[in-house]
Amino acid sequence: MINTILLLIIVGLGAGIFGAIFGIGGGMIVTPVLTLLMGLDIKYAIGASIISVIATSSGATVAYLKDDMLNLRVAMFLEIATTIGAIAGAVLTGVLPSAVLYVLFGVLLLFSAWNMYRKMRAGKEKTEAIQADSLSTKLKLNGSYYDNAIDKKIDYQVSNVPGGFTMMLGAGLASGLLGIGSGAFKVIAMDTIMKMPLKPSSATSNLMMGVTAAASATVYFFNGSIRPEIAAPLAIGILVGALIGSRIMKHLRARVLRMIFIPILFYIGLQMFLKGFGVTI
Amino acid sequence: MAQNKQPETAEELKKMEEMNEIELIIGKVLRIGVLISAAVILVGVLLVVFTGKTGYAANFYPTTVKAILSGIVALKPFAILMLGLFLLILTPVLRVVVSIYAFVKERDHLYVWITTFVLVILLIGMWIGYIGK
Repeated sequence: MINTILLLIIVGLGAGIFGAIFGIGGGMIVTPVLTLLMGLDIKYAIGASIISVIATSSGATVAYLKDDMLNLRVAMFLEIATTIGAIAGAVLTGVLPSAVLYVLFGVLLLFSAWNMYRKMRAGKEKTEAIQADSLSTKLKLNGSYYDNAIDKKIDYQVSNVPGGFTMMLGAGLASGLLGIGSGAFKVIAMDTIMKMPLKPSSATSNLMMGVTAAASATVYFFNGSIRPEIAAPLAIGILVGALIGSRIMKHLRARVLRMIFIPILFYIGLQMFLKGFGVTI
Repeated sequence: MAQNKQPETAEELKKMEEMNEIELIIGKVLRIGVLISAAVILVGVLLVVFTGKTGYAANFYPTTVKAILSGIVALKPFAILMLGLFLLILTPVLRVVVSIYAFVKERDHLYVWITTFVLVILLIGMWIGYIGK
């Protein structure tokens, strides 16, 4: 048991660092490692993973708060959608067979890999001039952040609030169902649909993950899906890893990181997908 | 939107400072919550590693509030781990609670309601988890 605990702390460290850098909450890394490499039942993996998501979010938030990158009002408003979705998702997980969860998880990873690839092909991160819609003005969602890489304060507007809100319902559902942070979906909602810049989008997404995950984590906690000997060492590793990751992130460029991560994500996604059909590669 | 272009006005500047203060409070609360839960989890992990015992029969761990509390009184390692994990889950909930207070202080009624609504959803989630056993 001691070896397993030490191994899980190391897995947690890695997941925490990558999770904070990509804004994916660590859950996408934890569940494949626990199921594919360590042979754990996917329902317990999801339970441990949702704890990892909270640990990543809480660990990273401490660093982001000092950076003034996140948008607290956007986070709070959209959390209405993510928490409702998350509770529905956690209830569904109890009902669905494991094979379905593997397939859904695989599809999710493949989609995330494709999404990162698509964004990379789209070229440099651009700051378009966006017309704020009346809803985002009414909800005071427009904000600003300080970009370290170019040493400049950037003001931004937010548009298409209903579209973002709907996407967040889905993000919450995926989070509760699969024990992930849903960072990719949350970033899509803010950065692609609501046209927020990438850096505040991913900082805000990190913050939202914790609250979203807390909504489904209590369901998992009380129904016995969270096993202490697995979730606890992971959480410790991730807390430390997330702090390291969020410090590194400030000095890195998103494009290089994605390039390294895409093929890995694609391969793991394929493995999870096939495992749902009983095929091992 | 015109007034947003000039954050130098006294009112805008005050708003920005208030928001800054809110974020600092939330950051501090989160940090304390994370540190406490991490410390409890660490104590539990160390107890398991050094005593080699979980405090329970093989493959068993407490999941009800009652079982966890009585396990903590008896210093059972797995009960302490579960407490630490539960505290970690509560950290984001605590963040929502502090945000309500912060928005009240800022007199942003709209966001007091929005944040309170999020808290109510979280409490409903706990209730569903509890009855869903």
